[in-house]
Amino acid sequence: MKKELFIERILLFLALSSIGSLLLITVFIFWEGVPLITHTGLKNFLLSSHWAPTRGHFGILAMIISSIFVTLGAMVLGVPLGLACAIVLAEFSPERVKTLLKPTLELLAGIPSVVYGFLGVVWLVPLIRDYLGGPGLSLLAGAIILGIMILPTVISISIDALSAVPDLYRDGSIALGATNWQTVRRVVLPAASSGIITAVILGMGRAIGETMAVIMVAGNALKIPTSILDPVRTLTSNIALELGYATGRHREALFATGIVLFIIIMILNLTATAITRRR
Amino acid sequence: MSKIYIYPKINHSGFPAYTNFRSISFFLALLILWGLLACAAVGCGRDKAAQNLCVAGSTSVQPFAEKLAEEYMRQHPQARIDVQGGGSSAGIYAAQQGAADLGASSRELVKKEKDLQEFPIAYDGIAIIVNKQNPLANLSLGQIRQIFQGRITDWQAFNLKPHPIDIITREEGSGTRNAFEELVMGKQTEITPEALVQDSNGSVREIVANDPYAIGYISMGLVDRRVKALSVDGVAPTRDNVKNHTYKLVRRFLLVARDLKPGLCTSFLNYILSPEGQSLLETEGLVGVGD
Repeated sequence: MKKELFIERILLFLALSSIGSLLLITVFIFWEGVPLITHTGLKNFLLSSHWAPTRGHFGILAMIISSIFVTLGAMVLGVPLGLACAIVLAEFSPERVKTLLKPTLELLAGIPSVVYGFLGVVWLVPLIRDYLGGPGLSLLAGAIILGIMILPTVISISIDALSAVPDLYRDGSIALGATNWQTVRRVVLPAASSGIITAVILGMGRAIGETMAVIMVAGNALKIPTSILDPVRTLTSNIALELGYATGRHREALFATGIVLFIIIMILNLTATAITRRR
Repeated sequence: MSKIYIYPKINHSGFPAYTNFRSISFFLALLILWGLLACAAVGCGRDKAAQNLCVAGSTSVQPFAEKLAEEYMRQHPQARIDVQGGGSSAGIYAAQQGAADLGASSRELVKKEKDLQEFPIAYDGIAIIVNKQNPLANLSLGQIRQIFQGRITDWQAFNLKPHPIDIITREEGSGTRNAFEELVMGKQTEITPEALVQDSNGSVREIVANDPYAIGYISMGLVDRRVKALSVDGVAPTRDNVKNHTYKLVRRFLLVARDLKPGLCTSFLNYILSPEGQSLLETEGLVGVGD
């Protein structure tokens, strides 16, 4: 049984190395970013929107607000679509349609984000520029692209949540004279609500963390947006745009941006876990 | 410790005896693969035994450095020159750290970086570009400054059809932006936060080519037929005007090194500065340093 022990050890080592990399990343981000926050002060960092790192201004308020708006926009577009899709697939379609459509929808998740971004730039952006005004590269373009990108996450987790509701509930409701739709709305959806909320939160995490597509379509301007046609820069865009060129304090400021993002995503994920656990 | 079942527990089908050996070699292969991945992540400039050279830095210099490397490698088949982007600051940093043999920069070195040796390889004009449909042909330096400052926000100011100006700039830290700020904006004025930000010359050009109301700036060597380069103070951005110093928006392209290693590194640099290398840069739209 010596061989077995050997293999167990190797597996343990591999498993730990993946957890270790997470730990390493966390320590590294904080190690690189915290000096800047102590240097400028948390208030100046979070509550100023003046970002000119080569001139010593490190305010990321505009980006925090932009990130929130783009994410909310994506939610507004993506969640109703995704949820409707999930309800149809889980409750109203025959097994054959479901087995055909679900993998197709999951293909959406496999498309690289740069492709979404490219489609956005050549197709969506000119459309917005010509029909709605502004430069086209905008909060709206970012929200629409992200809304599409979060669909697979929202749909597949919602379907799982809906399928987990026991058929007994449905049968009982139908037996009481409820229609199919009434059953879904009054019985199945409330019973699956925690799973659906988890789906929404994980979709939110995906939206707020997405980078490439947003850089390509959102315009990356530094001001706080006043309309949905204004160009915006999200936290992730800021890091990816400038990291290649950054040195010294500027580099630290980007890692500090990463800390803020890290904390936001941690909160979202923990909330999702907590909701799933409560069930 | 929990049991991990790697072997089939019950051998109904009469599995051959080498199953154990197989599974072990599978895990060994996995381990080796993992190790290889870790090595691959370490990056360039490690393999000193072969004739290898790593050039990293400015995305403005990159396409020209690639052309030069390509031509040099064609003439010296045993040499391998790896050209990477990453940006001026990253290139300078890589050269300081020794991660790259040569760093490419499209901005001047700052005081902290003066310990590096610098080799100017070419001059590059910065062209102010607008869409093909834009009838404008000339702007003064002051007008350009006011546009990018956010003081002039509408094309109406130039007697054109009223429409807001879409300003496209590069990201903070970019060599092109740095040069633009130095040459146009001056020390005090900042580029307006309303400006759209793109992370390469190419995407600035792409947006300007598609948006009739956009204005941006890119490296002169990269101006193509799809956009229009404006004259500045009445001087067109041509090679001759850069050479005789009448066009004002000009910067230097530098290669930097901690210490110039003999062999491939020196030879490549000499090739760039030779008449042949310089004329190659000229055909690509830059202006040579030799005068």
